[in-house]
Amino acid sequence: MICRRIIPCLDIKNGKTVKGVSFQNLVDLGEPVEMAKKYSHEGADELVILDITATLEEREVFLDMVEHIGRQINIPLCVGGGISSVDHAIKILRAGADKIVVNSAAILNPNLINQLSETLGKQCVVVAIDAELINEQWVVKAKSATYTTNLQLFEWAFEVQKRGAGEILFTSIDHDGTNNGYALAPLSFLAENLSIPIIASGGAGSMLHFDELFRNTKVSGALAAGVFHRNQIRISELKALLFQNQINVRLKN
Amino acid sequence: MNKCKVAIVDYGAGNLRSVENALMRIGVQPVITNDKNTILSAEKVIIPGVGHAANAVTALHRTDLFTVLHKLTQPVLGICLGMQLMCKFLHEGAVDGLSVFPVEVLPFDSKKQIVPHMGWNSIKSFNNLMLPEYGYFVHSYYVPECEFTIGRTEYEFTFSSAIRKDNFIGVQFHPEKSGIQGENFLYRFIYDQL
Repeated sequence: MICRRIIPCLDIKNGKTVKGVSFQNLVDLGEPVEMAKKYSHEGADELVILDITATLEEREVFLDMVEHIGRQINIPLCVGGGISSVDHAIKILRAGADKIVVNSAAILNPNLINQLSETLGKQCVVVAIDAELINEQWVVKAKSATYTTNLQLFEWAFEVQKRGAGEILFTSIDHDGTNNGYALAPLSFLAENLSIPIIASGGAGSMLHFDELFRNTKVSGALAAGVFHRNQIRISELKALLFQNQINVRLKN
Repeated sequence: MNKCKVAIVDYGAGNLRSVENALMRIGVQPVITNDKNTILSAEKVIIPGVGHAANAVTALHRTDLFTVLHKLTQPVLGICLGMQLMCKFLHEGAVDGLSVFPVEVLPFDSKKQIVPHMGWNSIKSFNNLMLPEYGYFVHSYYVPECEFTIGRTEYEFTFSSAIRKDNFIGVQFHPEKSGIQGENFLYRFIYDQL
């Protein structure tokens, strides 16, 4: 049976791992390469690194860092931030990434998803969707959540799937950085109604939040950042607890 | 000139770098190549894979490797799409493969299961082959259980997560991304311990 995935995420700005509340007030949390190694050893199932300033400042993801991390870890590496073309995606895969994440560029040019999927295979195309609950509607935001689009979360998620995404990484902006738990309702809807894997992001504050997420939704994985970076949760302990609670996770690496 | 020990077949697709990185972590410096002679003279050959089957087959024809790979006599390891390419027919793009394994590669059904099958799943090995307990999978097509199956995995139903025939081994999971056990598996392949 397939295991639920625990996925630490490094938000990278100027070569450092940072974390803020609802995408703001960023705090320096450490060296990405060292953190990547640590998480890999502790039993992380995958690692996501996002260059969170790439879209805003139209910078390319730091290929050097991708290369460096790719050499050191033996779990899948998923890289995002400012990817806006197939060529750019290929460069990142060639540097050692296994999957690429697109967000704002796909909103601007949805056809990018088709192109990436057809050229690289859908399995390495992850579409990240950031959304916020506005007047009881989940509205998609772009450019590190600074720009409100006219896309509805569920419509966009179905379109992304249809265009060939291999996975959706959904972040609730309302929950991100709050440590109050994941956005269970939209996650449950996405995981029930889409046929591609859904990864939950935003809101993890305790081990019980992961347990609650996996118990109440069919999501394939849980992504978190702050709780791991601040050493509030050790991945090995989290997985032991989930296993004890009969959630299927990979225990030994 | 030194004889190349391990050749990674470069057919223009996929995660060559990940396989190279994993080999370097176990102390092996491979050569990434599409040169026929380098591949023929290598002691071990790895056919990696991520990408679309039809593109991969086209690239194998273009580089003239299609007529070579199935005749190799040294140990060959096909990973993911690399394993599928060694089969007879691939439904992805409806293309003929290298036909080392006379089996078809079928699509998962996205009405009945989440596709791609993406993430860690457990592997049951036959004959104590010492496959990893868990492997990292990313695929939308699968090889059914058959006489060549040496590892099985459950995903709604059972499929071949590893196959073997003579000097050819195919694995559907990515050993280069399957933690320490995945690295150990690659080590055993390189050092003839499989």
